[in-house]
Amino acid sequence: MIVAELKEIPEIRKMIDRYQSVLVVGCDSCVAECAVGGRRETALLAAAIRLSYAKENKSRIITEACLDRQCVDDFIEGVASQVPEHDAILSLGCGAGVQALARVYTDKPIIPALDTLFIGETEMRGVWQENCLGCGQCKLGYFGAVCPVTRCSKKLMNGPCGGSKDGRCEVHPDIPCGWDMILKRLEALGEIDRLREYVPPVDWSTSHSGGPRRVVREDQKP
Amino acid sequence: MKTESRLEKMLNAGHFAVTAECGPSKGSDVDALREKGSYLLDRVDAVNVTDNQTAIVRMSSVAASAILKTMGHEPILQMVTRDRNRIALQSDLFGAYALGLRNVLCLTGDHQCFGNQKEAVGVFDLDSMQLIRTVRDMRDESKIIGGEDIQVAPKMFIGAAANPFADPVGWRVVRLAKKIDAGADFIQTQCIFNIDRFRTYMRQADDMGLTDKVYILAGITPIKSAGMARYMATKVAGMDVPKELIDRVAGVPSDKQAAEGIKIAVETIQQVREIKGVAGIHLMAIEWEHKVPEILEAAGLGTRPRV
Ligand code: SF4
Ligand code: SF4
Repeated sequence: MIVAELKEIPEIRKMIDRYQSVLVVGCDSCVAECAVGGRRETALLAAAIRLSYAKENKSRIITEACLDRQCVDDFIEGVASQVPEHDAILSLGCGAGVQALARVYTDKPIIPALDTLFIGETEMRGVWQENCLGCGQCKLGYFGAVCPVTRCSKKLMNGPCGGSKDGRCEVHPDIPCGWDMILKRLEALGEIDRLREYVPPVDWSTSHSGGPRRVVREDQKP
Repeated sequence: MKTESRLEKMLNAGHFAVTAECGPSKGSDVDALREKGSYLLDRVDAVNVTDNQTAIVRMSSVAASAILKTMGHEPILQMVTRDRNRIALQSDLFGAYALGLRNVLCLTGDHQCFGNQKEAVGVFDLDSMQLIRTVRDMRDESKIIGGEDIQVAPKMFIGAAANPFADPVGWRVVRLAKKIDAGADFIQTQCIFNIDRFRTYMRQADDMGLTDKVYILAGITPIKSAGMARYMATKVAGMDVPKELIDRVAGVPSDKQAAEGIKIAVETIQQVREIKGVAGIHLMAIEWEHKVPEILEAAGLGTRPRV
């Protein structure tokens, strides 16, 4: 899923102050799972914004709504009737959700309420971990299902750097060394031999380095 | 002989080699660079010219190497993969060879979070292993990455770094073997303070037959003060500074600590010389280049053989 964090209210205010009415639109998928953009959080954010205007004796219309998925056209239609009554939309979707709304509601400014961070997993309640950079050629099969592209701070493909210490990455003691994890897992699986072989330079052309990517599948088209 | 490198010639002739680090200026100060270089001239067999070490912006290592070469030095061009992609790295290798440089040390580099440009993008298009292989394929196959032929290929004597003290311990010698397979001709190790751990590492390397395939230069760093020792023990990535050593330096008055540090460096040099497979030393006297002659004299390495 996509993991995001809520922006600070002052930053959001800076972007929306010029509008009299704002439709706050949540997304009940990934960002609900990471507890920043679901139904509950949308209501909370709308209330906080109302309060911040009330404190300054400013009148604004702040309406809340939530879509099941903000990145799929069929669902985006869900707020179609409310959009014309507002000057702008404040989206609690990820970056993809914000841009999908902008593509559908062409004449409305769409403002992000979240900072989109990464593709990751919920490791435990309250802890989300980045673990895929969408490189376009998944190599997990060779690395014990620990991603060297994502979990190593230097994207190393041929083993740990000299900064790996006690299972921690040189970048920060809070970051587990991805290579330490790869080695331990392959050792446990009895597949450490996979790492003796030289791994040639990565083909980054299938990653974002090749430009924005797009998947088109004729068999799926209507 | 694979190259025209003077360092290769030296090692090939069986001499115990001495290399030292020379960090380029933060800015374009050529005089400062020459001054540092002057302390090392005729004292060492080759100088390592660092590439924006610890991610602090400095004069480019290609430019600084070329300047040091005009003084009569034999530079070892350090190259990190942190800041440049494969296009830039290969292009710089062409340029470096055209400028007369004959040695390269292939590194990944410290993460940009350690330096003075923490907000920079970390490139890491290649890792150090892939850079080693790239330089080797240029030299031995006249090919760049992707297999295209090149005219007048750079023929570099290829170095790599090894850290016997990083974790996971069991992996360190395997990684050394991998670097040799990728094309490393010589190895410069991380600073050695824990001599026992280094001995174990060298024994493992020797058991695997690696010491016959590569020249290993043992990394030596003189400690300037107890504060520096503590800093390296806790703040510098991949260092192993035993407590006894810190205590030994801290145990003498502060105006004598530098002398004690030099004494330790000299003892370490003498100890590593006894270890099978050690082909030389690599002195990293950070901002202390002028002390190098004194350390080498004391270690009995005062005069360099001519090759
Ligand atoms: S190898 Fe690529 S696709 Fe697979 S997890 Fe890593 S970044 Fe994602
Ligand atoms: S310490 Fe580990 S995770 Fe961090 S850069 Fe080095 S190998 Fe990668």
